Order: sequence, then structure tokens, then C-alpha cells
Amino acid sequence: MKAKEIQLSHGSGGQEMNDLLGRLFYKHFANDILLKAEDAAMLQMDGPIAFTTDSFTVSPLFFPGGNIGKLAIAGTVNDLAMAGAQPEYLSSSFVIEEGFSIEQLTTIVESMAKELEKSGAKIVCGDTKVVPRGTLDGVIINTSGVGSVKYAGLSASNVQPDDAILVSRNVGSHGSCILMARDELKLESDLVSDCDTLWPQVKALMDAGVELHSLRDATRGGLAAVLNEWTASSRVGIHVQEKAIPILDEVHGLCELYGFEPCDLANEGTMILAVPRVEAEKALAVLREFHSDAACIGCAAEADKHRVTLTTPWGSRRYLDMPRGELLPRIC
Amino acid sequence: MKDIELKTLSAGFRDPEVIHSLTRKINKLATELNDSIQVMEVCGGHTHTIMKYGLNQQMPDNIEFIHGPGCPVCIMPKERINHAVELAEQPNVILVTLGDMIRVPGSKGSLAECRARGGDVRSVYDPMDALTIAKENPEKTVIYFAIGFETTTPMTAVLVELAETQGIENLLFHVNHVLVPPAVDAILSDDDCRVNALIGPSHVSVIAGAEIYQPLVDEYNVPVVVSGFEPVDVLETMLNIVEQKLEEQKSGEKPKLQLQYSRAVVPGGNTAAQKKVDDCFEPREHFRFRGLGDIPGSALKLRDKYAHRDAELIYSDKLSTEELDDHKVCLCPSILRGQAKPYECRAFGKACTPSRPMGSCMVSSEGACNAYFRYSDLTDSE
Repeated sequence: MKAKEIQLSHGSGGQEMNDLLGRLFYKHFANDILLKAEDAAMLQMDGPIAFTTDSFTVSPLFFPGGNIGKLAIAGTVNDLAMAGAQPEYLSSSFVIEEGFSIEQLTTIVESMAKELEKSGAKIVCGDTKVVPRGTLDGVIINTSGVGSVKYAGLSASNVQPDDAILVSRNVGSHGSCILMARDELKLESDLVSDCDTLWPQVKALMDAGVELHSLRDATRGGLAAVLNEWTASSRVGIHVQEKAIPILDEVHGLCELYGFEPCDLANEGTMILAVPRVEAEKALAVLREFHSDAACIGCAAEADKHRVTLTTPWGSRRYLDMPRGELLPRIC
Repeated sequence: MKDIELKTLSAGFRDPEVIHSLTRKINKLATELNDSIQVMEVCGGHTHTIMKYGLNQQMPDNIEFIHGPGCPVCIMPKERINHAVELAEQPNVILVTLGDMIRVPGSKGSLAECRARGGDVRSVYDPMDALTIAKENPEKTVIYFAIGFETTTPMTAVLVELAETQGIENLLFHVNHVLVPPAVDAILSDDDCRVNALIGPSHVSVIAGAEIYQPLVDEYNVPVVVSGFEPVDVLETMLNIVEQKLEEQKSGEKPKLQLQYSRAVVPGGNTAAQKKVDDCFEPREHFRFRGLGDIPGSALKLRDKYAHRDAELIYSDKLSTEELDDHKVCLCPSILRGQAKPYECRAFGKACTPSRPMGSCMVSSEGACNAYFRYSDLTDSE
């Protein structure tokens, strides 16, 4: 009978580990390079290459709209896409807690395989470790990836004065979903995470000939962190109209209840774009093929203070600051 | 019944047209004022609303907001934050507290740092979670580090009551509940105080009633308007205050207590909650407010019948007693009295930031310096 839980022996390099690799990773990630099972994958690539890595840990491991596996693929693939690179080859390393359900692990791996289809990237090498029960919470996944650069020059320091600032869809849904799914807040809603691969949108923008200056997926720290990174790196000011930022009612609701800011919440399939003002409409037309609520939220400008300012619907202005510390609900 | 959605609770109170109309009216009436208004919003929630929504930018030059001491995290003196850390460092103890409390540094670091060193510190949203944690960990002592003004005190009282009726012996309390009226009294009684109107904390009044502010109106001859927390609430409150000031100017009418937040507050408050609080707690002789110093009768402690749950008594030999003041460069005491603005402090934004607060007002998101740092008043600080 096959084991139902991961055991320490699954990570110790012997028969049990080979069985697990065969029926799980090789099966779902199958491709010519991976199946050679060499110590290192051999890759053929031309021109400039983008390279990135990320480790994924999320509680809970399964959330509405995704799981840690989907996140681990989308996250790394998106980092490549934001550099203008077509995601091609990924590694995947699993650190698994002893006793973790093989059924859940299978679901995670299947989600990864499905997410890879969206960009056409392949997992070409990997590693599995099992650690004693209690030393981590379920599973941690690291993915690294390379891709060939198709659009050169995208950079956080390349936001130009007079650029339009766009968002590809509503912000804050992943962060809200995770907070609601945690035990402490005990909330229910129909909200699903935005967790998604962004390469098809980036490719569509390139195919449409849109001039791009900077792309960022607004992960931890959300929209506020991206805009603040841009103002610091590009030495510009960014002005945002509060009412132009697309935010779902559910996300607003969570933030009202607990004192969070939608712009501080994480996203896992939402990008922020800086494009020349004259390109804004063309870019939005492409983005709206994917999400109807893509929007222009403001513009960059020459400024003495390289900060993000936000204008309320009644004309007051304030800074939109970099999020700080851990997200803690307010007291009363 | 028609479903109430969360957004319907706030949407109308953020309507740009209503906001414009109120600000126009306030600005028009304010031209008739002989004297300027220095209004203290006592509660940190109001400070947050004013700064986040830029309401101060909508006021005329002769109306100034002064940011009060109504943030339970900000007013906690360092020695009591140290108590929390000292308790969390005890063997076999789980320390449970609310939100922001875990990132406030005392002289022994913050609870977050204590947690990183191995202390079992849990941040909860619902105080009832402390009961669950105590049940799930019968071999441990769970200490609920209770903080908050009148608003959160009933929840602690219910927690004490449930621990008693359910016989949960391993749940103890370190009580830091504080009271609004004595703190405001301490500010207004200062000869140098410039405050001449108050926005009354209203979630406090949901519990304790609006009438608790009447003695302040009578003693100091200032209008007090108990206000909701949305932009339209605060602006309507400001309009009420300006109208009261004009009536006083024109016909000598005395300032009065007004209730703007009538959708949530009744004059007498929630008497059932008050009864539970009264059963559980009694006033302390005095309590040191960070930035304001010793204030008589300004806090609560557990009644003697609950001494077996009082962590302050049970762990008294482990808790430090030295009083710790903020750095002398810190202007918090003056800021809380309306004698200085956050950006006038030499440490503001430099040695003192939300990540490394030196003084009480930078500590929590509801503190005045913190709100200025995050949202900055673009018109004032540029």
C-alpha cells in the first residue's frame, strides 16, 4: 500500500524518494530536459537572459483562487515577465514537513503544472527535502526561473515624468483573501485571489506595439510599495487619484472592518505599468481584454520630493506611504 | 428586510458633494468668528480620519486641529510595555494582546522582538480568543494584556466573567484599561492649554454614554460634540462647533454637549456593558499616561474578588517598577496639549519614525505624529 503521508524516507535519496519523484514530479512536470534526470539541466538560450528566484510560504496553503503551488509558478514567471522576458525554464525545490498529506501535495503539483501552461515555461530541474514534523508549517517551495528578454530596458528607474500610471485590474484581492482565510479574522466572502500568470498580458502589450517604461507586479506591500519604489528609483513624483483606483467592495469592506489600506495589500496577478501618456489608451485597450477594470490611476511628474501623493475625491491631498511592519488589525 | 451592505454604511458619509457643501458652510461661517478655534479631537480614530481624508486642508486658517491622547497604545508608558515583555519571558506563559500593541517598544524592546527571541506572544483581534487559547493550553498560563479606553473594557470584563463561570483557571489579566474624561481633564486644566473645543470620542460613548463629557463642558466652558468617524461626521461636527462658537459670540449662549453620532450613541450609553465593567473593575488611584504623566483616577484595575486572576499581583516580583520617561527631545507632551505640531519636533521623521518610535505620538497608526508621518499635511510641512 502506498503511503498517504510524506515520511522522512521520501527525502533521503533512496527508493521511496524515487517513487515519489516518479509518480508526482516527473509525471506532472514531464518534459525532455527534466526527464533526463541529470545533475544539471542543459539549456540552449540566445541573447540577454533574465534570471530570478523566490521562495514561497503562505498560510493557509490553500486559499480561494489558488494554493501555494499556483503561487510558486505565477510568482516567478511574473518576475520574469515584469523584466520583459518570456519565461522559459524554472527550477522547483520543495521542503516538506514530515506527515504532510500526499494528496494535498499532488493537488499542489497539479496546480503548478496547470499554471505553467499559461506561459509555456517548463520545470527542468528540482529538489525535494523532507524535514521532521514541527520544523515547518506544511511545505515551502522555491522556484527560480530564466527567460529571454523580449523587451529591453524595463526598469524601476525608468519611470519618466509625464508617464501614465496604469493598473491591470482591481487591487488588494490576494491579501484580503489570505487575511479572510486565516482563523483569526473568521470572515467569509466570495472573494478569490487574483493569483495568475501575467505573461499573456505582457506579451499582448508587446504584440500591440505599446511602448513600456516600467512594469511591476504588486505583490507584498501592494500598490503602495510599487509606487514608492518607483518614485525613489526613478527620482520622480507620482500623483494618484484615489477614486480612479479599482478596488472591489469586498476588499473595501475588509479594510473598513479591520483598519487596513487596500493599496497596502498583496496581489499575485496584478501589475502596475508606467507608459508614455500617449500610449495609455492603447495599453488600457489591451489590458481590458483580460480584465475590464484595468485603469489609469495617475501620472508621474518632475518633483522635488520623490514621493507618492494621493488626491481624495474632494480635493485634499496626502502622501501614500510605503507600508510598514506586519499587518495588524486595529484595536477599536 | 433589505440587505445592508458594508459599503452602504460608509458610502454616504464620504460623498464628495456633501463634503464640499459642509466645508463651504464651515468656511463661510468661520469668517464671522472673532476668535480662532483650537479643537482637540481626543480620539486617535478621529486623528486618523482627519489626516487620511485631509479634512484639516479643508478648514479655514482660524480653525486648528489639536490631536489628543485617545490612542490606547500611544498612552501606554514604557514601564508597562516592559511588563508585557517581562510576562512573555516567563516560562510557560502565553501572552495575548491586541493589534498594534505588539510593535510598541519599551526599554526592553517590543513584544514582536520578544516573540522573535522565543517568547510566546499572540496578537488577537477578538479578546475571546484568549479564552480559546487558555482552553487549548491547559498546562500553560495565558496572560491577557488588556488595553483600551472605555470602548474595549466591557470585552475584557466579559472575558473575566467567562473564565470564572467556565472555571478556566489558567487565564490571568494584566489590566491597562484607561478612561477618557480624566485624561482630557488633565489637558484642559493645564494653564497653557490652548484647546477651546472638543470632538468627543464616540465609540467610548457607545459604551459609557455621551453624558460623561458634560462635566468638561461645565468646568471648562468648551463645546463638546460627540462625533462619528467618517469624513462627513467630522465635518458636521465641526459645523456644530462653529455654530456654537458663533451663538456664544452673538448672544452669550453657553457652550453645550452635542451628539452628532446619534446613529450609534445614546446619552446614557450601554448600561448592561457598564454594569459588567463595574462588577469587574474599580478605578486606580492614579495611572501614568505616556506624554502626560500621572493622572488621578484615570485607569481601572481588577476588583479584589478577582485578585487570583491579576497578573500584576501574581507576578509582582518579576515586574519592574521604575518609571521610564521619553527622551527629553521628544515633544509629545506639548503636541498632546496643542502647543506644538509633530513637524516642530527635532526628532520627527529622523530619530523618531513609525518603525522606531521615540515618543508616544509616533507609536500607533492613530497617534498624531504617526498620522503626520504617513499622510503628511502637504500644506503644512512643505
